[in-house]
Amino acid sequence: MWVRELSLADFRSYESVDVEFSPGEVVLSGLNGRGKTNLVEAVGYAAGLESHRVSSDSALIRRDCERAVIRLTAVIAGRETTIELQINAGRANKVQVNGSPLPRTRDVLGVFRCVTFAPEDLRLVKGEPSERRRFLDGVMAQVAPRYAGVRSDFEKALKQRNALLRSAAGMSASDFAASVQVWDERYVPLAAELTWGRLNAVRRLTEPVALAYQSISPAADTCRINYVSAIPSLVAATSIEEIHGLIIESLIERRSEEMRRGATSVGPHRDDLDLQLNEMPARTHASHGESWSLALSLRLAAFETLTEIGGEPPILILDDVFAELDETRRGRLLAAISPAEQVFITAAVTADVPTGIVGQRWQVDAGDTSHVELETA
Amino acid sequence: MYEGAIADLIEALGRLPGVGPKSAQRIAFHLLDAEPAEVQQLARSITEAKERVRFCGECGRATENDPCSICTDVRRDPSVLCVVEESRDVIAIERTREFRGRYHVLGGAISPIDGIGPNDLRVTELMQRLADGVVVEIILATDPNLEGEATASYLARMLKDMDLSVSRLASGLPVGGDLEFADEVTLGRAFAGRRTLG
Repeated sequence: MWVRELSLADFRSYESVDVEFSPGEVVLSGLNGRGKTNLVEAVGYAAGLESHRVSSDSALIRRDCERAVIRLTAVIAGRETTIELQINAGRANKVQVNGSPLPRTRDVLGVFRCVTFAPEDLRLVKGEPSERRRFLDGVMAQVAPRYAGVRSDFEKALKQRNALLRSAAGMSASDFAASVQVWDERYVPLAAELTWGRLNAVRRLTEPVALAYQSISPAADTCRINYVSAIPSLVAATSIEEIHGLIIESLIERRSEEMRRGATSVGPHRDDLDLQLNEMPARTHASHGESWSLALSLRLAAFETLTEIGGEPPILILDDVFAELDETRRGRLLAAISPAEQVFITAAVTADVPTGIVGQRWQVDAGDTSHVELETA
Repeated sequence: MYEGAIADLIEALGRLPGVGPKSAQRIAFHLLDAEPAEVQQLARSITEAKERVRFCGECGRATENDPCSICTDVRRDPSVLCVVEESRDVIAIERTREFRGRYHVLGGAISPIDGIGPNDLRVTELMQRLADGVVVEIILATDPNLEGEATASYLARMLKDMDLSVSRLASGLPVGGDLEFADEVTLGRAFAGRRTLG
């Protein structure tokens, strides 16, 4: 698939912009802070409904505006599809596909697919577990969109259950027992379903990650990914029912501890994706270069999985990553992404774009006037 | 920024449910432009409603008469009780004309985040109403969302050992809707709750 046209209104620094792209490599260059990342961020948002830079939508809306609009026309499976997303300040977002409104914004997930590589990806290796959970959930939402709904329901149930645990001290034992049972009935099925989705995503990604690492890393190292849960046996579960049973069992075991701490101690919100490099935890043992190889491998594995699911390669975004990579990794990354039909590359200076990349080149200078120009050079 | 009486009015309107700052401003200026008589009528309606409307001691819904017209209607079946969250749910069900039993309004749903537990709802009152054995069937008609489902399952457990028939409103496909646009949860429930024909 490839993006033919992107229009933005009141998105980030853009009051209004309309750009037409061609398939192949699209290089967006321009000084930092002039809006090139904003363009690819909009493309990524249309696919995953989240920005790779901020967790809150409000940062995407231009200052003092009520809404931002992303309108993207892509050629998907040979047909043109237009997605129009309205990001509203303080209200639910809205989405239309080919002019028809969808009942909920998250119904757009899976229509258009995209994988973003960015300098922030280093946090996948060195950062908090939440970064890796976000990665897994992001892949899952594009592979099986219904998981976005499961995750949002899970988060609501978790909040309610935590609130109940915090108020346990002021309740009689029998009142608490009756209430916690009710919330366990809501919480556990959602926790089990989300965990099952994550386990399957990890199982699907394991081999592609290992292979991608071999193709990126200059050294003959091996890497492996494992899902990690507070319940060790859960990782080997073969059905959603088994996970359900394990979580219930563990919750009952930890009830007094949970009441003391006022927080749910077992569930997908506490799990992690363990990254091993030569049988050692990458978080503590990987060098800067190795961490980059690993981060790239995770994204490449996502790219491969989404290609397989969608029947065609998703859009690739390489946001300012070449500046972070040495010559060998640059070359190997380029070789690995060659199946993509369209690749957006942003760079502050064209010197950071590897030679051999041809295709469209744009000079981006949003500044105050909000415009993008095709480089005439 | 607005000052004095205008600011007070905008602020008061903004506290109403579903009214954001922008709408609050719009309503405030609409009221300032309106005829004095019209505004006085509105103010009177609000005060009168607040003075006259009370809650039915029996079912708990907002009404001018206690007990309310539904609880005193002898044509209605006293053996069937429909449990809802809010008074407005009673009106919604009444519009269907499908239900000829009586109601019990809980006054909300269990929601620990909002500090609402079973003891903050009219659950004790429900148990008292069931004590005389007149009611033999209960329909749990709380909202089909997280809090409503939690409330229904809490009540179902409390009612389990009583000699009652307890049911939950079905959830499924909207009438006049398209199957292909239904979300997985709704479609899944519609499957689980399917009916035999003929």
